[in-house]
Amino acid sequence: MEIHGWGRYPTVNADIDEPVDALSLSQLLQVQDQQQPVIPRGAGRSYGDSALAERVISSRFLDHFVKFDDAAGEIVCASGVTLEQILQISVPKGWFLPVVPGTRFVTVGGAIASDVHGKNHHLDGCFSEFVKSIRVMLASGETVQCSHTRQKNLFRATCGGMGLTGVILQATLKLSRIESAFIKQTALPAANLDEIFTLFEENAHSKYSVAWLDCLAKGKNLGRSLLYLGEHATDNNLELQDSFSVSVPFHSPGFLLNKYSIGVFNSGYFNLNKRGNGDKQLHYENYFFPLDRIHHWNRLYGRKGFLQYQFVIPTETAKEGISCVLREVSSKGKGSFLTVLKKMGQQNKNFLSFPLDGYTLALDFKYEQSLLPLLDRLDEIVLAHDGKFYLAKDARMNEQTFKQAYPEWEKFMKVRNQVDPDDRFTSLQARRLGLVSAPNGDRHVQ
Amino acid sequence: MSSEAKKVFIVGATSAIAKETARVYARRGCDLYLVARNENQLKSLTDDLKVRGAPRVSYSVADLNHFNQHAQLVSQAAEFLQGLDIALICHGSLPDQQASEKSFELAQHEINTNGLSVISMLTELAEVFINQRQGTIAVITSVAGDRGRQSNYVYGSAKAMVSTYLQGLRGRLLPFNVHVVDIRPGFVDSPMTARFKKGPLWSSPIKIAGIIVKSIERKRHTVYAPFYWGIIMFAVRIIPEFLFKRIKF
Repeated sequence: MEIHGWGRYPTVNADIDEPVDALSLSQLLQVQDQQQPVIPRGAGRSYGDSALAERVISSRFLDHFVKFDDAAGEIVCASGVTLEQILQISVPKGWFLPVVPGTRFVTVGGAIASDVHGKNHHLDGCFSEFVKSIRVMLASGETVQCSHTRQKNLFRATCGGMGLTGVILQATLKLSRIESAFIKQTALPAANLDEIFTLFEENAHSKYSVAWLDCLAKGKNLGRSLLYLGEHATDNNLELQDSFSVSVPFHSPGFLLNKYSIGVFNSGYFNLNKRGNGDKQLHYENYFFPLDRIHHWNRLYGRKGFLQYQFVIPTETAKEGISCVLREVSSKGKGSFLTVLKKMGQQNKNFLSFPLDGYTLALDFKYEQSLLPLLDRLDEIVLAHDGKFYLAKDARMNEQTFKQAYPEWEKFMKVRNQVDPDDRFTSLQARRLGLVSAPNGDRHVQ
Repeated sequence: MSSEAKKVFIVGATSAIAKETARVYARRGCDLYLVARNENQLKSLTDDLKVRGAPRVSYSVADLNHFNQHAQLVSQAAEFLQGLDIALICHGSLPDQQASEKSFELAQHEINTNGLSVISMLTELAEVFINQRQGTIAVITSVAGDRGRQSNYVYGSAKAMVSTYLQGLRGRLLPFNVHVVDIRPGFVDSPMTARFKKGPLWSSPIKIAGIIVKSIERKRHTVYAPFYWGIIMFAVRIIPEFLFKRIKF
């Protein structure tokens, strides 16, 4: 069956296994053909090729809750449970996930493997900060419990480890108290990059913050943007919302997204919202997950799919690096439909986690051949500013770039060589980035 | 307990469709009693349903081909739940057609699992529901029971037997205010069909679960799930036999 990530690029023809419990998973691993690489896959919401391989173990039916302690705010569930399912249960009882990414349709296993971040990273850190413990099935079929204090290295390699240490079976998550299902949003316009950086620093105490950026604005308007701040409301309304959603039924013709249509959309959006009409109270679904209301929105980019490009640059060089990137993008006439800027907080101890103290920019580009040289050029700019790249969105970076951006890759490989010396767990991404023990690709080429 | 809350008994509870249906009832605050073969899976489903909102859940481990245990299973469920509002029978297996064509032993086993064990269970359930004078019995059969196709007529004939039995039972239970629903799913994307190539006619277990719950609420009789299988099977039924016997599907 042909599968792909959320960006629909690249695709691979894969055999998919769907174990229903730990026993069926261990049986699968035992009969697994040694030569065929296999990778665990959750909801398929990473953008590139991190959950792609010739053989895939899907967590679709590993989707049961184990326990919800609503006095302590702790939930135990299998890795295939989605964040949406957790929120549906926890919100009415006054508990929220301390870290949520831009979609609630990811699985817990996927959120841990990508060590996702949210709009509060500058204060609270990554998803793994609130993972009390996880249970991982290794290539041998053995199940290991690990946490921040127990089997530390396996934990640090698995959180952010893109599924390369084993299959996450179960997780215990800490939740945080809320008094309302609503978020009070404030919107602040910024005329350029200087202004938005100042606004981020001035509002560093704000619980949630993220900026939408007009990537086609040039010259003195470069970096014009809208900063959206959020705080949990306190109105005691914990009701779930009957969510309204639409679906994109088929691939839109790719040419509809071009620099002109993107330019019109972006400047229109900015001008519509710059007068600060964004101050309002929103249900958490609408604040955190606006794109979840459009199912299959990835089809808007056409049949060939799209690439997300997300990087982070340390605070000292962030403004300069990001303005270089924006100028490079607009000089090549490429537009990003949705460009998001965010201030991040401290880096954690996981070997392959993405965030570090600085600023992250995410861009998306419709896939076309001419895009790849531009992204290579952007890689150089980001590396020159000591930045790094988000693996959950990557589909094309080269091994050298990755290893320069992630100096702890060797520590990661040390753990991996202990738990998976035969490269049983391998994705297309892992082979591309040199995260296998065998020299790049030589024993897995089909 | 809210007015929506019911007492629900599910046989074959660890099948994908049953699991999702149980979750819908759990969210509504229903009490549940489950029967299936695999104890570990039953245990984890019990925990899952409690987290999702079911106040009380219990289970029995049983191989449903032991018909003599059925009476006890039903009375255990009725005792735990203090009566039954809904009984849902979901268990079944997907036989290897070619192997069971050649071995009567195998065919008999499959017909026991998919046909006779259901009828045995229905016999016990009917007694309880008649005494209560209320409730709904719902059974998952299959579109395969609508016509004997050469590619899976062993399975199909077992399911057809159950569907015919249900028609009669429906009439018998009517005076006692007990309703009978026959649910006929088409292709369902579940662990039972993991190795099949999937196309646009396939539905998720969650979708089928929603249809089951709605059909029970609305007291439907025979329900194709999703509805378009009703149209497809109508077309399959009206093909003249002299043509049908030549079609290899």
